[in-house]
Formats: sequence, structure tokens, C-alpha cells
Amino acid sequence: MTSTTPLEADDWVAVTGDTLPVAEMLTWATRPSCGAVVTFSGTVRDHAPGRDGVVSLEYEVFEEQAVTQLDAVVRAARSRWPQVERIAVLHRSGVLSVGEASVVVVVAAPHRAEAFDAARFCIDTVKTSVPIWKKETWAGGSDWSECSHEIVPPDRSVGADAR
Amino acid sequence: MSVPRIALFGPAREAAGGPGGRVGGTTVGAVLAEAATMFGDGLVRILPTCRIWVNGEPADLSTPVAEEDEVAVLPPVSGG
Repeated sequence: MTSTTPLEADDWVAVTGDTLPVAEMLTWATRPSCGAVVTFSGTVRDHAPGRDGVVSLEYEVFEEQAVTQLDAVVRAARSRWPQVERIAVLHRSGVLSVGEASVVVVVAAPHRAEAFDAARFCIDTVKTSVPIWKKETWAGGSDWSECSHEIVPPDRSVGADAR
Repeated sequence: MSVPRIALFGPAREAAGGPGGRVGGTTVGAVLAEAATMFGDGLVRILPTCRIWVNGEPADLSTPVAEEDEVAVLPPVSGG
């Protein structure tokens, strides 16, 4: 559950209760051989379907399996876009306020097409393949997110249709 | 009778009033049936929407389980 920068690996995945180190991830991913570094930052929004005035989210994580699944997402991305060099996927746990980053994906590749495509695949697949649940607190109460998906392996996720 | 551990998450944990525990049974189906008795109607209502993993691998009702196994109940996920 650490978010410490990996010293040698080209993958960096973690679930952490700390603020996600977006700038550090970008620096880590940037390579002389890569002309494209795509960053996706998913941030806590002030509304959800039928829920105005969202003030916070709480993420519950199946800790023993979440990192294993994040690794599987990265492997699936690499098998589709072998040119990709570095991939970081970090997800928050615990309570987050509006505006905080809940998930950050950074992909570095020689060219932008595969960097964009792989980053899109990673975030789409995280949403369907990693055992994490979001509870929303809004003006009218508190309940689990209605934007949920039956959990599927990364190779069978919606994101897998990206290519 | 083995007594595997059942682990409940998110809406399933909340519906059951706790994160799970030891529940007797030698198949996933038997463990879930016993859990329904132990944890009540809230869990019963949500179970049909859940996927079941045993020790991190997708399982079905006929999957055999033993004492050291973990049966995880995963409602639809909403990370990101």
C-alpha cells in the first residue's frame, strides 16, 4: 500500500490514503525515449446522478486484492500497446473532499496515440476491474454510488473494447 | 464441516452490519446460505448483484471451500 516511487520498475501501482503525488508521477514517467506523457486525473465532483451538492466521497478498498488487480490492468494495457514504456496507476482510499484526485493514471510512450489510448484503457478498466467502492455524501444524505459495474477481469472490461 | 472466512465489502458489508467472519460450509453456495441466515435480509437482497471470489479468484456456487479459504462478496464496483 505504499506510493513510494519505484526505483527500477516501469510500473507503479498503489492504493494509498495520502494525497496522490501527481507531479512526482509525471516526473517519474518522463523518459528520453518518450515523446508523450499522458496524465489522467479523476477528481471528486460536486454532483452525481440525482445527487446535488456532493461534499465528499469515501472509498472502501479490498486491500489484499486491489493492487493485484491494478497490476493486471497494467499488464493488459502493455499487451495491447507494447510500445508503452512507463505506466503509473494510483488510487486513493478513505475520505476525499471535492476537488481532490481520487485516481491518477500516467502513461509514457514514444508517440501520443498509444499514450492516450493506453491511459484511456487504464482508467476505464480500473473502474470495472478493481475491487473499490465509493460512498457519496451530498446535501440530501449519504449512500453508495449508483455508477457501479459488475466486477470483471481486465481482459473482459468495457475498456478492453478500446482496441 | 469447515468454517471458511467470508469477507463482505461496500454495500454488502453495510447491509450485513459488519465485515463478515467465520461461516460454516464446504461450498461457496453453502457458505452464502449460512451467511444469509447469520447476517439477515439486507445481505440476502444484495447477494444476487454480487460476484464471489475465493482467495482472489472468481468462483461460483459449486466451488469447494476449506477452512483456510476466504470467500469475498463483491457488490458492483465503483472505483475511479
